[in-house]
Amino acid sequence: MLKFEHVTMRYPGAGDVLRDVNFHLSRGEMAFLTGHSGAGKSTLLKLIAVIERSSRGRVFLDEQNLNEAKDRQVPFIRRKVGLIFQDYKLLQDRTVFDNVALPLVIAGYGHHEISRRVRAALSKVGLVNKERKYPAVLSGGEQQRVGIARAVVNKPPMILADEPTGNLDPDLSAEIMRLFEQFQQVGVTVLIATHDISLIKQMNHRILKLDHGQLVTS
Amino acid sequence: MKYANKKPVKSERWQTKKAGGNFVDKWHAYKNLHAHALFSSLGRLVASRFSSALTIVVLAIAISLASGFYILIANLQQLVGNLEASNQLSLFLKDDVSEVKANKFADSIRRNPDIQEVKVINKEHALAEFQSYSGFGEAVKALDKNPLPIVLQVLPRNSFESEQALEVLLAEFSSAVEVDFAQMDMQWVKRLKSIMEVARRGVTLLSLLLGAGVLFITANTIRLELHNRRDEVVIAKLVGATNGFIHRPFLYSGFWIGFFSGVTAWFIVTIIMLILKQPVENLSRLYDGTFHVLFLGFIETLALLVISSLLGVVGSWIVLHFQLQQLNPE
Repeated sequence: MLKFEHVTMRYPGAGDVLRDVNFHLSRGEMAFLTGHSGAGKSTLLKLIAVIERSSRGRVFLDEQNLNEAKDRQVPFIRRKVGLIFQDYKLLQDRTVFDNVALPLVIAGYGHHEISRRVRAALSKVGLVNKERKYPAVLSGGEQQRVGIARAVVNKPPMILADEPTGNLDPDLSAEIMRLFEQFQQVGVTVLIATHDISLIKQMNHRILKLDHGQLVTS
Repeated sequence: MKYANKKPVKSERWQTKKAGGNFVDKWHAYKNLHAHALFSSLGRLVASRFSSALTIVVLAIAISLASGFYILIANLQQLVGNLEASNQLSLFLKDDVSEVKANKFADSIRRNPDIQEVKVINKEHALAEFQSYSGFGEAVKALDKNPLPIVLQVLPRNSFESEQALEVLLAEFSSAVEVDFAQMDMQWVKRLKSIMEVARRGVTLLSLLLGAGVLFITANTIRLELHNRRDEVVIAKLVGATNGFIHRPFLYSGFWIGFFSGVTAWFIVTIIMLILKQPVENLSRLYDGTFHVLFLGFIETLALLVISSLLGVVGSWIVLHFQLQQLNPE
């Protein structure tokens, strides 16, 4: 599903943020990406979402070489990847329903199909009675679950999460992680960047550790 | 998909068909996307009623100035249009020139190759014309002697266009012994038509300027909206929005702003014309005229709406073209 081949990412003036990174995630696999701050976790995720492109090496998603993807193909690559952020990135002036519906609206689904899928996604994250609420009135854990519902509503084959539990307490964090495991169990590839070591040790999944841009365990 | 062979049950349950699979799906998706952009942009316009109304009124005033001038010119054109400008010259002969002499003089003019036609109007004929058209018929009857001179109406050839050549011809006739006074009959019409031409061109230029104003005001409005919805644009890009999807609501916003400005401008112009209609027609009646005030017709109204909507769309397109590239997720 996801393959990094000798990937190096160099920012002008900042040196190599990623150095010769190689790994492969199969379909339905769940992995944690860890490392100290500035180890290159976010950069690695950005390469998968084609927010950045690697300076050297190749990134494959679903057998497509992302380095060679044309700009007009990028939106369609992103539709295969559900993105989850530490700061949730919700639209504050839209209801929970409208936030979750956004990927479906973008993909051009009809009204009924959108309603059906949004409700399904919200029920999966346990927020079905909050669809008319605005993000500001929800707790952090609830907002993150809205973010997750938005990421999975379009049923992407891959989920990428960047410090999804960074703003949550341990109980809520464990709950969110269990949610990711549920998606993995239905065949979704999940990659979670986090530095919450204690949390990932409780869970039996593959760990990719970055140290100064190099992959030290995988 | 390759992996479907390995885990068919799980993956098929999760991965459903994407919108845009076949032609019918694509058409539905396209329709949905446009309907969404159309109504969401209209919704936002309504949601920010006050600022939308301000923008629209400013644009409507600019558009109504342009179309108001246009309709003013059209009305004046109606007045001037009935007047035939010609190069006809009138030679008023001296009082002591007899009719025989006048005819001889006319014959000599006819031999001039530049002249197309010469018509002699004798004293009686002139008096009859004067009585029937001037409104002083009764007064003329009180005179014991016909005061009107013999008049030769001289029409130069059509090719005789240049004003200077005409002046030379006129001077030539003025110096003839038989002629008391020579004039170009309809020169004022020509002058009026020239003035109208200048006015029309001025209005065209002014309209272009006002149109450019509308374009840039719309562009700036859309720029502000784009700025206000920065987060939304970035998030939409992150969840897979194409540039088309991002552009569409803004283009529709531009369309709505232009369209509503056009409608408002139409009302402004029509109300002004309605206010002016009565006094203008009263004035016309005082001069025995049958002048009817022209309003914006169907085609003109259509053109007004199409042009203002287009200006809105183009204005927002300019902004999107130059500003959206800078809005990328980080």
